[in-house]
Amino acid sequence: MAEFLESLDWSPLIISLKTGVVATIISFFIGLYAARKVVKLSYKVKAVVDGILTLPMVLPPTVAGFILLLIFSRRRPIGIFLDQQLDIQVVQTWLGCILAATVIAFPLMYRNARAAFEQIDANLVYAGRTLGMSETSIFWRIVVPTAGPGIASGTILTFARAMGEYGATSMLAGNIPGKTGTVSQRIAMVIQDGDYVTAGFWVVVVLLIAFLIIFLVNLLTGRNMKNIKRW
Amino acid sequence: MGFLVDIQKKLGDFQLDISFSSNVRRIGILGPSGCGKSMTLKSIAGIEQPDRGRIVIGTGDDPASNHVLYDSAKKINLKPQKRNVGYMFQNYALFPTMTVAQNIAAGLRLPAAQRDERVREMISRFRLQGLEDHLPGQLSGGQQQRVALARIMAYQPDLIMLDEPFSALDQHLKERLQHELISMLEGYQGQVILVSHSRDEIYRFSEELLIMEQGRILARGKTQVLFDHPHTKPVAKMTGCKNFSAARRLDAHTLRLTDWGIDLHLRREIPEEITAIGYRAHFFEPVWGERRENCIPFRLSGVDELPFERRYYIAPAGETAAGIAGPGSGTAEEPETICWFVQEEERRRLDASPAPDWLQLKEEAVLLLRD
Repeated sequence: MAEFLESLDWSPLIISLKTGVVATIISFFIGLYAARKVVKLSYKVKAVVDGILTLPMVLPPTVAGFILLLIFSRRRPIGIFLDQQLDIQVVQTWLGCILAATVIAFPLMYRNARAAFEQIDANLVYAGRTLGMSETSIFWRIVVPTAGPGIASGTILTFARAMGEYGATSMLAGNIPGKTGTVSQRIAMVIQDGDYVTAGFWVVVVLLIAFLIIFLVNLLTGRNMKNIKRW
Repeated sequence: MGFLVDIQKKLGDFQLDISFSSNVRRIGILGPSGCGKSMTLKSIAGIEQPDRGRIVIGTGDDPASNHVLYDSAKKINLKPQKRNVGYMFQNYALFPTMTVAQNIAAGLRLPAAQRDERVREMISRFRLQGLEDHLPGQLSGGQQQRVALARIMAYQPDLIMLDEPFSALDQHLKERLQHELISMLEGYQGQVILVSHSRDEIYRFSEELLIMEQGRILARGKTQVLFDHPHTKPVAKMTGCKNFSAARRLDAHTLRLTDWGIDLHLRREIPEEITAIGYRAHFFEPVWGERRENCIPFRLSGVDELPFERRYYIAPAGETAAGIAGPGSGTAEEPETICWFVQEEERRRLDASPAPDWLQLKEEAVLLLRD
């Protein structure tokens, strides 16, 4: 066992964690921003905008990955522009990992934040306004803390989804060991090679992380439900 | 001091169309739920936007000192943040994740030292010592109300609006807190508008009264005057009058009460336009034996016993009243039973004697009304 651990390449875990953290931070801010804007829309416009924002979650990740590849391919206008003008490469890079994970996981953040915002008593916002608080201050000091549990569980689920992303990542970023090779991709690869021991090890790691995450979500959202009757 | 509100707003089938100004310190708006009273307050606060009109604070002689909050003609529509009006919400809207002290400080834009000083001042003025670090969820209804008021007062608004401030409270707390709120507002020099559907609350609180129904103002005036002389049936109803009868003027001193089946003789002169009378439920005089002037027969249809009051319900004996017993009269407008409310002391007196034969209407208690 010790020998196995010593010879193991830990890079997939590091890459997955790093990808998860960065994608979560990006999704957190964009998700909150989008949720805040969408809550204010009339319900017809909301239906359309919400549909677009949720799409990446509903699409097969390979479809999302394919679309991303079309956009950022170095043989297409946007990809060419990024590569030649800004020296940014997306395809087959860690940036691709982040982009794929963010696109796939962002809807979780957005939807959870939106649901939490919609539960907030509008009078709290009105009260803040009549007390002279700026809209920014109302959002960060009243809305976000009040929606805290919902936002927190959204953040954790986003992290979980971003960390485990496979389909879109493999299409956009590929599986380059030490660079874009995430845990999910490593599992798929070693199984193809018949190395069930390494696959099993990573599966156990993923299971532990996944359980820990769900446990955390339940703790956070359950705190408000202490008084709910058990049946 | 003073303000002017003249606004129109259409919302589906509902049409708000009101215009009033006032410069007294305590104004009450009375009306049933859905009459537009909350919407009026929200329009003043800038939470709702009217379709057109004007809202101005300070209708003094010097126009320069006026603070125009909204003027559709001049395309002025200040943000709520710029209006400097305090709004107390029905549920108080305390920020649930902030402590009492943080709630009070929330809207203050002062250097830290001054801000803390202001918060301390409010804490002691509203008797919140020891609760500074509590969250709103840990406070009683009365304490929450004091925090809400402290938060508004700390902000030093030009005008304070109270939207049904007692509706979230237990019955036994209500009475005491109504009194408490009035005394806490005593130190405030600006104007306060109280909105309520409870006539007791409004009567206690307001010098001047506005009665609203379905988006319009039915009546306005000094509170005492409106309660004593409501003039129209809807206003009398809103001030708590329970008994009404349609009336036909026979001559300058006689009215035929068609719902109650009697002719009412009054010493005062009856104006031509009178079409109904109102009579408050506590003011009937029981009569035994011989019928006297202005008596209705005591035809008991039901009794309710309350802890400190007995309520008699009397079947009216008017010409239209035949329909009550008669079959097939379901669609006709039936005259309502007459309420006679008797308080503790008189209840004991009545228990000692047989049921009265008549109920007499006292002239000074008769409200002459238009529909």
